[in-house]
Amino acid sequence: MASEDEAVLTIALIYPELLGTYGDGGNALVLAERARRRGFEAEVVNVGIDDEVPDAAIYLLGGGEDGPQRLGADLLRASSFAARVRDGNFVFAVCAGLQLLGTTFCVEGNDEYEGLGLVDASTARGETRSVGELVVRVDGRALVGFENHGGRTTLGADVEALGAVEVGKGNDGAIDGFRTPGVWATYAHGPVLAMNPWFADKVLARALGRELEPLVTIADQLYDERVTSLAR
Amino acid sequence: MLCKRTNHPPGWSFCVFWVVSVGSMQRETNFRDDVAKVAVRAVNILSRVASRGSGTVIGGRVGLRIAPDLLENLARGRDVVLVSGTNGKTTTTAMIATGWGGPVATNDTGSNMREGLVAALVASKSRSVALEVDEAWLSDVARATRPKVIALLNLSRDQLDRANEVRQIAERWRALLADLTDVMVVANANDPLVVYAAELAPKVSWCDVPTPWTTDAVSCPHCTKPLNFVGGSWSSECGFAKPQVLVTTDGGPLVVRGAQLDLDLQLPGAFNEANAAMALTALSFVDVDLQGALERVNALSSVAGRFSLRTWRGHQLRLLLAKNPAGFSSMLLTLKSDGADVWAAINARVADGRDPSWLYDVPFELLRGHRVYCFGDRRLDLATRLDYANVTYVVVTDESALPVSSDVVNVLANYTAFQEWRARTKPC
Repeated sequence: MASEDEAVLTIALIYPELLGTYGDGGNALVLAERARRRGFEAEVVNVGIDDEVPDAAIYLLGGGEDGPQRLGADLLRASSFAARVRDGNFVFAVCAGLQLLGTTFCVEGNDEYEGLGLVDASTARGETRSVGELVVRVDGRALVGFENHGGRTTLGADVEALGAVEVGKGNDGAIDGFRTPGVWATYAHGPVLAMNPWFADKVLARALGRELEPLVTIADQLYDERVTSLAR
Repeated sequence: MLCKRTNHPPGWSFCVFWVVSVGSMQRETNFRDDVAKVAVRAVNILSRVASRGSGTVIGGRVGLRIAPDLLENLARGRDVVLVSGTNGKTTTTAMIATGWGGPVATNDTGSNMREGLVAALVASKSRSVALEVDEAWLSDVARATRPKVIALLNLSRDQLDRANEVRQIAERWRALLADLTDVMVVANANDPLVVYAAELAPKVSWCDVPTPWTTDAVSCPHCTKPLNFVGGSWSSECGFAKPQVLVTTDGGPLVVRGAQLDLDLQLPGAFNEANAAMALTALSFVDVDLQGALERVNALSSVAGRFSLRTWRGHQLRLLLAKNPAGFSSMLLTLKSDGADVWAAINARVADGRDPSWLYDVPFELLRGHRVYCFGDRRLDLATRLDYANVTYVVVTDESALPVSSDVVNVLANYTAFQEWRARTKPC
């Protein structure tokens, strides 16, 4: 349990009206609930397009269509976001959020739109759109989710992937996402943290900077069912 | 048969097939059409007899193989009204068909792509035609059927694994409507994406109808700057804004082109008032007496099994179709906060969209105080969503153990789950 003097865990959901196409806001809800059920105080802050980016223990970036993704990147570039991340604030991003953290991505007519450059990762237009179940081996466990994107992401030599792809495409058919000390990302969009409670707890532990006690929820059954169904 | 959105419109031009149906080809083409019509009927009857489905898609598909321009020929000379949009297509089309009075050719099975429309037009020779059309198929179908009226209800996220860009649909509609000069467009003025799609059409009747879901139209379709929604209106910095409206529900009585109509629907919810306003407006452009149409629309109590009372193993159930965030949110708002048990069934099959991520866009928190029984292939996804919303839930594994209530239980189900519940229940 958290001690009395524990500060509130602030979860900042970045531009949910732009980057929230696939129920991505669910990740904020999952982190907040899993923190609260362990006795921490947690608060979800929806950062709107007219708002300043606040200080937060974790920033969440979701998926979005081309136009909103470009607008999101432009707004973040003009904000304190990148500086705060370089100062050590933690980011978990999915889908379009993953792409705009990198150096370049494709949007509408532009194949080299400038990203935030927080991670050495560039996204080109893939030959086909990748739509379907995604299974990634992360630290020896299966991360299950759904991907829907047209990108092919190449990581710089020093950037570690989140894991190896077992089903689906991820970055390029072999690896998915990336994991730097301050930024974790996957192509498994939407409420990937709802489907993978063990991974949600990894993200939460990183945001809180401490080990967590196990928490049993119905999501464990959902995870087992998805892993079994996708292994068939 | 589950027949919604299994493929995309063909890329070919309607004109190519128009050419082969003139001149010396005329006789052969007519004969071919006749053969094709017989084939549509025969295959559909066989399909139904063989219990392979409700039998509308397969026959239409065979007919189109024999006569590719069958839809064009079947629609010629008829008064066609098309209805498209993410939510409310089936209900609005039923309201138009019912409100019109007399025989109407309509695709009331929900088969809303080319094959299903062909089947509907073969099944009825009526001059009056009301068709719901899949959003992605609207351009293809409108160019083929030359409608008098197109009603555009709304555009929002739906089946994320397939139609991945809501805005692409808006672009396609926009190109179509700039092109079709002789059609009256009846369009929802409160949905910026619909306005974007219809603003180049020469004749538009803008409708001011309840549209709570605008989450997919946050940034301006023209300049991508944020849209400002203030007091029932909306605008963008670039000047793009809510148009002048002709039809309004405006909290008070419905006014359609100056005529005040006393809307008193049997069907629940503000979204059905929106559907009725659009349907009656569409009917006003095919010379239907609106007072008579209003009475018939008011009396409508169930559409394709939706909202209907059914029985199953001693339970009395009301089936509610809710298949995407906007539709689900609207449906949750119609439930009374009486703490009654709610049943909810979720699948993620091809016709539903394989990706159930949208569950997190639905405000299930509204169900706090109810106990929700979770059914369907993806009941654990639903239960997890409810758990994180702090809603009491039961994952149903043994259906014989469900408590029987003397009250009607509301069953919320997405597309294929709804079809299953419709099939396993009987009318009251």
